[in-house]
Amino acid sequence: MGSAVVEFEDIGKVFDAGRRAVRAVEHVDFRVYDGEFVTIVGPSGCGKSTLLNMAAGLLQPTEGTVRYRGAPVTGYNLVTGYMTQNDHLLPWRDVVGNIAVPLEIKRLPRARIRERVQALIDLVGLTGFERSYPAQLSGGMRKRTALARLLAYDPETFLMDEPFAALDAQLRVNMQIEVRRLCRRLNKTVLFVTHDLDEAVALGDRCVVFSPRPGTIRKIIDIPLAPARDLLRLRHDPAYVALTAELWDMIAPSFAATGGEPG
Amino acid sequence: MRLNALRILLFLVIVVSWELMSGPVIAEFFISRPSVIVRILSDWITNGSIFFHAGITAGEAFSGFLLGGFAGMTAGIVLGRARLLADVVDPFIMAFYSLPKIALAPLFILWFGIGMDMKIVLTGTVVFFLVFLNTYTGVRSVSRELVAILSLMGAKERHLLAKVVIPSAVTWVFAGLRISVPYALIGAIVGELIASNRGLGFVLADAAGQFDTGGVFAALIAIMLLAFLLNTAVKYTERKVMPWKSADETREVTI
Ligand SMILES: Nc1ncnc2c1ncn2[C@@H]1O[C@H](COP(=O)(O)OP(=O)(O)OP(=O)(O)O)[C@@H](O)[C@H]1O
Ligand SMILES: [Mg+2]
Repeated sequence: MGSAVVEFEDIGKVFDAGRRAVRAVEHVDFRVYDGEFVTIVGPSGCGKSTLLNMAAGLLQPTEGTVRYRGAPVTGYNLVTGYMTQNDHLLPWRDVVGNIAVPLEIKRLPRARIRERVQALIDLVGLTGFERSYPAQLSGGMRKRTALARLLAYDPETFLMDEPFAALDAQLRVNMQIEVRRLCRRLNKTVLFVTHDLDEAVALGDRCVVFSPRPGTIRKIIDIPLAPARDLLRLRHDPAYVALTAELWDMIAPSFAATGGEPG
Repeated sequence: MRLNALRILLFLVIVVSWELMSGPVIAEFFISRPSVIVRILSDWITNGSIFFHAGITAGEAFSGFLLGGFAGMTAGIVLGRARLLADVVDPFIMAFYSLPKIALAPLFILWFGIGMDMKIVLTGTVVFFLVFLNTYTGVRSVSRELVAILSLMGAKERHLLAKVVIPSAVTWVFAGLRISVPYALIGAIVGELIASNRGLGFVLADAAGQFDTGGVFAALIAIMLLAFLLNTAVKYTERKVMPWKSADETREVTI
């Protein structure tokens, strides 16, 4: 295992929402190592997005410290790339324009940008929609545009908040394979939030399971599947089946406790 | 098309009853009559004087519009992004804003004389405030999430301006420009009414001075046409500058 990239040191966060203070997370303490793919699961509202925001430096914890490669994160963490839960595309730019944004900021030559954007559009399957504005796309297509934009800017660490939630099964598997392959090949560190337990096991090297709000870590599961796993054949892998079952059993009682409120 | 037919019908009713009422019901001196107005207008068109005067007024209104619009947009963006500066100058701006801009005309005559410059500055001042306030509001309402996302990609202030702040404020800028059109004409025409020997405002004042009601109405119609042209120009530019807007308007609504 390499060196720690993102470190959450006994994190707590209280939001001051008007008169009411909301405690989102408390005593969250874990490390993400170089080149590691960590998935995060937990009930809705337990503070998963909050943690990603902290890793990106958009939000400061009220207790504890978030470190990135040893240094406390105090402002925009420019080496992280964030694919947010809402796509946050620029409404005044078409698909090509949106994906090109990070490349324009990096001041790549025009020809290179065009080439790279087209490759990414093909990769996420948006060919034919190059000139569509976000308002003209479906939810899943917007997500794919956001994913392409994230891949375009090639950060050291990926923060992904339910990136595949709006995709159909087929596209989702394709994207999962693609992201997993890319991250392995380029040795990216990934923090990946999902509500899909199968996905959490299939993609992760480790999986962090959260309790309902205020979010605390219930357990961190090691996923001893091969790094270069064949996602299409995982269903037939007994280790995978056992792991998803274990995860399911862990989550299920908390469903019962919240009266079956979807997590 | 039924709508247009109804509109033409209404127009004809108005024109015909005007023509018939003029004389028997209300003295022609006060309301003139459409046939006379049309004759005066066609005279002006054949001798070309209307184009000369309309050109002057349009030039003033348009230059003032550009000047005021550009200055208002720049000031709105700068103050919208610089919180402290905006707080410092806020009372001054509000004081000037509440001043009826037309009251500045005498001062501008002292400074710039009675030529076109004075009308351009007067128009520009009127337009400036409308565009400035709109732009400022627009810049302030820029999505902070978008700013955060781009900052995370390493965007500097100039990237944020070019990619987020200006495009999202431009809707507001155009709202400001659209409401400015009639005010731009007020600036130009009032300037001409006060002091001028050319322009539609002058034609209007001149006709009124000679008790030529038909001429007054003809001048008013010319001013209306000019306003219509300016409006159309703004709408056209708006479409050109914001292609995503028209894509948005023509798309079918789904939720
Ligand atoms: N900006 C904010 N201001 C106030 N409260 C907030 C803010 N962001 C999040 N919260 C609160 O913090 C808690 C955790 O929110 P968060 O978005 O991190 O949940 P989550 O685990 O990502 O949920 P989901 O799975 O539904 O996306 C929620 O109770 C939410 O109301
Ligand atoms: Mg979330």
